[in-house]
Order: sequence, then C-alpha cells, then structure tokens
Amino acid sequence: MKWMVVKRVLVGGGKNFVRGGAVSAATVLIMTVTLAIISSLVFLSALLSFTLNTIKDKVDVSVYFVTTASEQEILAVKDQLEKLPQVSSVTYTSAADALTAFRARHANDQLTLQALDQLGGNPLDASLEVRAKDPSEYESIVSFLEASPALSSDGTSLVDRINYAQNKDVIDRLSLAIQATREIGLAVVVLFAIASILIAFATIRLAIYTAKDEIAVMRLVGASNAYIQGPFIVAGIITGITAAATVLLLLWPATWYAGARTENWFGGFSLAGYYSSHFSIFFSILALSGILLGAFASVLAIRKYLRV
Amino acid sequence: MIYFDKVTKRYGDMAALEEVTLSVAPKEFVSIVGHSGAGKTTLLKLLLAEERPSEGAVFFESIDVNDLPSSALHHYRRKIGMVFQDFRLIPNKTAYENIAFAMEAAGRTDDEIASDVPYILELVNLADKAPLFPDQLSGGEKQRIAIGRAIINQPDIVVADEPTGSLDPINTYEIVEILKKINELGTTIIITTHNKGVVEAVGKRVVTIDRGRLVRDDAEGKYVL
Repeated sequence: MKWMVVKRVLVGGGKNFVRGGAVSAATVLIMTVTLAIISSLVFLSALLSFTLNTIKDKVDVSVYFVTTASEQEILAVKDQLEKLPQVSSVTYTSAADALTAFRARHANDQLTLQALDQLGGNPLDASLEVRAKDPSEYESIVSFLEASPALSSDGTSLVDRINYAQNKDVIDRLSLAIQATREIGLAVVVLFAIASILIAFATIRLAIYTAKDEIAVMRLVGASNAYIQGPFIVAGIITGITAAATVLLLLWPATWYAGARTENWFGGFSLAGYYSSHFSIFFSILALSGILLGAFASVLAIRKYLRV
Repeated sequence: MIYFDKVTKRYGDMAALEEVTLSVAPKEFVSIVGHSGAGKTTLLKLLLAEERPSEGAVFFESIDVNDLPSSALHHYRRKIGMVFQDFRLIPNKTAYENIAFAMEAAGRTDDEIASDVPYILELVNLADKAPLFPDQLSGGEKQRIAIGRAIINQPDIVVADEPTGSLDPINTYEIVEILKKINELGTTIIITTHNKGVVEAVGKRVVTIDRGRLVRDDAEGKYVL
C-alpha cells in the first residue's frame, strides 16, 4: 500500500515536471544560475586559499648561528624546533652552503665576490629557516627560542641573531590581511549564496502559485495534505537535480576555457585541474544543494495553500 | 443525514447566512435556489467544512462537521462528491487522470482504478475522450468529467454548485439527466441553481434562500422568487 502511494507520488511529480513545460524550464534555468553561483563561490574560496597559502609559503623566520656553533649543536636546535606544534618545517643551511648560494647569487657581481675573497674564510653563518603553520605563530616560535636559548658547551649562546624583528611588521600585516580576507571572503560567499537561494525560492513559489487552483481541487476531492505535497516536492527535486546536472556538465568546458586563460594570472591555480581533482566535492555540493533547495522551497511554497 | 442547526455565517459585519435550519434525508434530491449572493454557495462551503459557521452547527451523519480536526477533513470530504460551475478540473491531467485522481487520493488500488474509471467514463458518455486534457474538451464534456470524478468513490452525497451555470440548454439537460440517474441509484444530491428550467426538470424538493435566510422549503416545489 505504502509503495503504491510512493510510486504515485513519484510518477505524479515526474508528470508535473514534464507537463509544466515553460514554467518547469524557467525554474530549472533560475536554479541552474543559483547553483552556478554556488559553484563559482567554491572556486573563489579555493582560489583565495591557494593565493593565501602561496603568500604564507613565502614568509619565514631565519635563525643565524654563531660561527663557532657546531653542526650537531645546530641540528639539536632543529630537532627541538621541529617538535613544536606550530612549526611546519625547519630547513638547515650550513655556512658552506650559504657561501655557495651567495656566490651563485652574485656570480655577475665581481666587486662583491672580490670583497668576499679579500675577507678570507667564510664570513657567513649557518642558519635554520623556520616556517610556521600560520604566520601569526612566528611570535611564539621566536619567544620559545628566546626563553630557552641554545647554549654551547662553554655557556655562550649559539644563536647570533633572528631576523624576526625586521620581518615582524610585514608578518603582522600579512596575518591581519589574511584574517580579514578570510572573513570578508566568507561574508561575500554567504551573502551571494543567500541571495541566489532566495531567488530560486521565489521562482519555485511562483511555479506553485500557478497551481494553487489545482491544489484547492485536490483538497476538495479528499486528498490528504501529504498526498498533495508529494508530487510538488518530487517535481522540485527533479528541478534541482536537472539544474545540478546542467551546471556539472557546463563546468567542464567553462573551467577548461577560462582556466587556460587565467592560470598564469592566478599564479598557477588551474580551474580545470581543480574541478577535475575535486569533482566529487562539486557533485556532492551541487546535487545536495539542488535537492534540498528544490524540496525545501516546494514545501514552504505549498504550505500556505494547504491551510483549511 | 445532513442537518443545519440555526447556522449563521458572517463575513465581517455582513451576514451571508442567518439562522438557517435545514435537514436533508438520505437519497433526497434537493435544489437550493436564490439570487446571486443569496448565500447558496456559503451553505455548500459550510457543508464541505471549507468555512466554519459563526453561530450554529452543521451535522453530517450526526457528526458536527466543525468538531472534525484538520487531519480528518480529507476523510470527511471523500464522502461528498463536489461539482462546480467552473468544473475545476486539474488542467495538466487528462480526463481519465482527473477521475482517477479522486480514487488515488482515496487510496484505491491500481486494479480498482483500471476497472472503475472506464466504467464511469462510459456512464458519462465520454469513453472516447479519456486521453484528452480539459482544454481539449467542451464545457458540457468538462462538467460530465467533473460529475464522473464526483461519483467515482461512490460518495453518500453529491453536492453541485451551479452545475449548469456555464452550459448551453442541451448540455444543461444532459447534466440534469445524469444527476437524476445518480439520484435514482441511491445517492443524495444537493444542487444550487438559479435556472428555473433545471428546477422544473428535476421536479423535486426546492429550498429557497433570500438574502441569507431560508424563505421557502417545498417538497415538490417550483422556482418562485
């Protein structure tokens, strides 16, 4: 008996959708635009994260060691730093490596190289390049180094200097900018999502408004509220699924076309690559949004016509 | 079977019905006549529980209709077959589906629908119009489909609100004949009309309403206004 009712509701919903003609097509179109906006917000959010991560990767703090510090002592400090939860990575550069890198960097600057040769020996310090998981955590890493200074066997500090003070302003400003961008980005995403959802709601309400006389007749022939609502909800879900499928299909050529032209501009972020590698997420978000939007809007829209 | 007990219905300060007391026995055919705005349709809306009386009570088989909870109204309405002047067919359903819908809503099985709907379509002489949509049918055909829908669940009573109001004389005659046939088969019929010809063709009890008041109730009455 229940299966019979479910079957009738499903068939009725399908027929409502197909026979709805232009109204169904208009609702699908509006819902497609809504879901396209939601998916572009997903891209925007990913692009934002990608850009912020790229900037974050360029920020680090270097700890320079005195020339008397041995490699074992420096590596012991490295081990300590790596155990800190806020540290993402620590890279060791020996004094010799630093000199090689310096010479390579100034290969065309004979004056600097001559000055270096006149100094004799290696004037450069070994260093540890520390990257934090979040730029706001550099301060605590530096505080850790200052609070428990690494000491050599004769009791002198191994650390010559930390370049945090010079970078502090830049790091602080960047942390603030990242935080603000995240919050503003989230607000924009939520605002656009709400606006597009409201438009889709209004369209579905309009589609059901055209059927208000039909709903009145259904009530008068003795149909229960659930039996009246069912096919409209099914039609709403079909609308959502159709719109989601349309957006998922259109995103392939759209991301391929736009991605090829914007990859360099976006600093290496590939729209098509991101879409194909996150297709299951897009599929879940769009299918779920379409189904929920269609069903929920239908329930709300039809409710007022079911009051006795 | 039906009893209106001193029923008054007001819309704001205006009384659409005033202290109407009326009873209808099973298998009766009652014509309710009156000018436009006399309160005929309000009377039917009260019977269908589409409206609640301001005072008094409406009983159907000894149950006060106003006491029915909203969740039970659809069960109650299945006992009444409704026919309207403007047909009120579902536009995106075929003639067959419009009649079948009333059976589906009542929870009847596919087998019952497959056997009963063609029978009813035959009864209203529209077997060949089954796959057509309402906008492909004439006014008389639409009303016959509406009557088919009203009787498909074998209701205790058929209520027709100006069923011939939009029809030409030939279709009016056909509709009256169908309603008389249904009444002869044992179903109570209540119609509202201001068509003198319909009242005289039916030739049964006539209740006259004027400005919300029941002014005449004649067992084999005529159209007197």
